[in-house]
Amino acid sequence: MSFSVMKNKTYKDESKLAVEIDQLSHWFGKASTRRKVLDNISMKISTGEVVLLTGPSGCGKTTLLTLIGALRKVEEGSISVFGHQLRDSSRRTRQKLRRQIGMIFQGHNLLQCLTSEQNVQMGADLIKGLSYRSRRDQSREWLRVVGLEDHMVKLPHDLSGGQKQRVAIARALAARPKLLLADEPTSALDSVTGREVVDLLKKLALKNSCAVLMVTHDPRILDVADRVLQMEDGRLLNSTT
Amino acid sequence: MKSSFWRERRIPLAWLLLTRKPLRLLVALAGICFAGILMFMQLGFRDGLFDASVTVHKLFDTDLVLMSPRSMSSIGMSGFPRRRLIQTMAHKDVEGITAVNWNFLLWRNPETLSTRSILALGFEPNDPLLKDPDFSKKAKALTMRGRVLFDELSRDEFGPIPEWFREGRTIETEVAGKRVRVAGLVSLGPSFGADGNLITSRETFLQLLPSTPVGSIEIGLVRLKNGSDSSLVAKSLRASLPNDVMVLTRQGFIDFEKNYWKTSTSIGFIFTLGAAMGFVVGSVIVYQILYSDVSDHLPEYATLMAMGYRLKTLLGVVAREGILLAVMGYVPAYITGSGLYALVRTSTKLPIAMDPQRAVLVFILILFMCMGSALLAMRRLVDADPAEIF
Ligand SMILES: Nc1ncnc2c1ncn2[C@@H]1O[C@H](COP(=O)(O)OP(=O)(O)OP(=O)(O)O)[C@@H](O)[C@H]1O
Ligand SMILES: [Mg+2]
Repeated sequence: MSFSVMKNKTYKDESKLAVEIDQLSHWFGKASTRRKVLDNISMKISTGEVVLLTGPSGCGKTTLLTLIGALRKVEEGSISVFGHQLRDSSRRTRQKLRRQIGMIFQGHNLLQCLTSEQNVQMGADLIKGLSYRSRRDQSREWLRVVGLEDHMVKLPHDLSGGQKQRVAIARALAARPKLLLADEPTSALDSVTGREVVDLLKKLALKNSCAVLMVTHDPRILDVADRVLQMEDGRLLNSTT
Repeated sequence: MKSSFWRERRIPLAWLLLTRKPLRLLVALAGICFAGILMFMQLGFRDGLFDASVTVHKLFDTDLVLMSPRSMSSIGMSGFPRRRLIQTMAHKDVEGITAVNWNFLLWRNPETLSTRSILALGFEPNDPLLKDPDFSKKAKALTMRGRVLFDELSRDEFGPIPEWFREGRTIETEVAGKRVRVAGLVSLGPSFGADGNLITSRETFLQLLPSTPVGSIEIGLVRLKNGSDSSLVAKSLRASLPNDVMVLTRQGFIDFEKNYWKTSTSIGFIFTLGAAMGFVVGSVIVYQILYSDVSDHLPEYATLMAMGYRLKTLLGVVAREGILLAVMGYVPAYITGSGLYALVRTSTKLPIAMDPQRAVLVFILILFMCMGSALLAMRRLVDADPAEIF
């Protein structure tokens, strides 16, 4: 089963829509400690668009990202990713959908026992029907693209923070996602490296017509965005284009 | 097929995860190997001890064995009429028979003059008895009355008979209070029931033990013609002979004796328990290692789940870690076990060796141990929440 946008056509003119969120709310905790962390959020992201999400700490940015990334169950409202409704979806559907979504984490979350090349290949391995060799060649190509051709056989332990984050980007892109979710990918990096990483991310996303939703605190990188979304206290404030 | 192999080929994640911490892997392998060696030794001793109860049984040149149904074991033999053995000659597949008297007599150590119970076998010296081709030549000496062949592997308590014999001395001593002379040496070996053995003619045997009823024997050896099926012949003999005699195949005769020791002693229990201990110790070690391995890598497993890897795939990685541990731990255990068997064999004369059945059994136990631990460690993995890693 494929997750092509054309299939399951719920939109008439918006077949290029990557994410559509409608009146999404989310709670954490049980009973007396139950707290609303997302409040009635609605938004859309088109393919090829780079959207930044900012807001004070604890306002619910990461929670929103994990919901879009099909890592959590939707409680109220709806999220559809490439036309697939996540609400009440099966575990198997969510797992399959995750293959279409590249994720870049705050910590790089590389597998410590794998070299850069092998880490990237863990992403490429998700593509069906490719031989081992072509998956490996593609992984190497991605590492070259992110400028790490000299660091292919190094373990994460032996890489700098910026290099690790670039490996993580290569790994996410190697799976050929149509949507990239990044949670503060630059927070562990100095400003120059951070800028480089974000520029690279944007360039590659555009080239592969991939929608990007990036959480950031860093005001210096706001200019890469097509749109900046402001969040506060679980609510979406405005959307500037 | 080949192309699908290359398509399916993946990074050997299980191997890389295991070898990431070589010291921990080494500890795990040492634990598994130790458990394997323990199981090899305990099971080996158990089987070896049971084998030791049939050292003499295995040496007989025979296909079938007739025994009294009242016989319990080599230390409690009853007699049966010799004519039953002769009756078997009527069967078309029977080639030859040997009547054997079997009893324990008191042997006087010619050096210390103390007495000790020895297993005495009596037979017609011209009949075949043992598979050893040199034996019939030695048996010739038994045609003279009062001559015995002494088992040189008998325990030392019977006296320095082999040394004296080789020095050319004439050795005379008392058996059951009657004078005998050692006419030669044979190699049989002590067993559970008997610390030493001697072989003599039926005539001398009856002289040493006049209370033996006339025409009564304890064991009848039946040799069959080439190509005949011993279990079929045994079956037809059982049908034709009255039930005052028991017909066993050669293996049945051996098993009968082993079974006596298995059921009447706690050897089996003790050594099986020892092997079980090895299994438990090994399981605990492997479980510890695999559990902490999964726990340590939980964020990485969660990352893979977030990337879209199936839980099943990741459980497969843990399972493969279990299999790898089993194989890598088994090989040194097998090698060390074989070496220790050889050591025990030469130093204690216990017939202990690596047999394929036990080798497979121990491997299965180790695999079971590793897979069981892997299964338990997987529970941890099922708890991994990919949402926690952001
Ligand atoms: N698993 C959880 N269980 C309970 N509460 C949680 C959980 N995860 C997050 N929260 C709470 O939900 C709120 C939103 O958290 P979230 O991580 O989405 O914030 P954020 O905007 O990403 O913050 P930051 O910028 O610090 O990363 C916070 O108040 C947080 O304490
Ligand atoms: Mg956050």
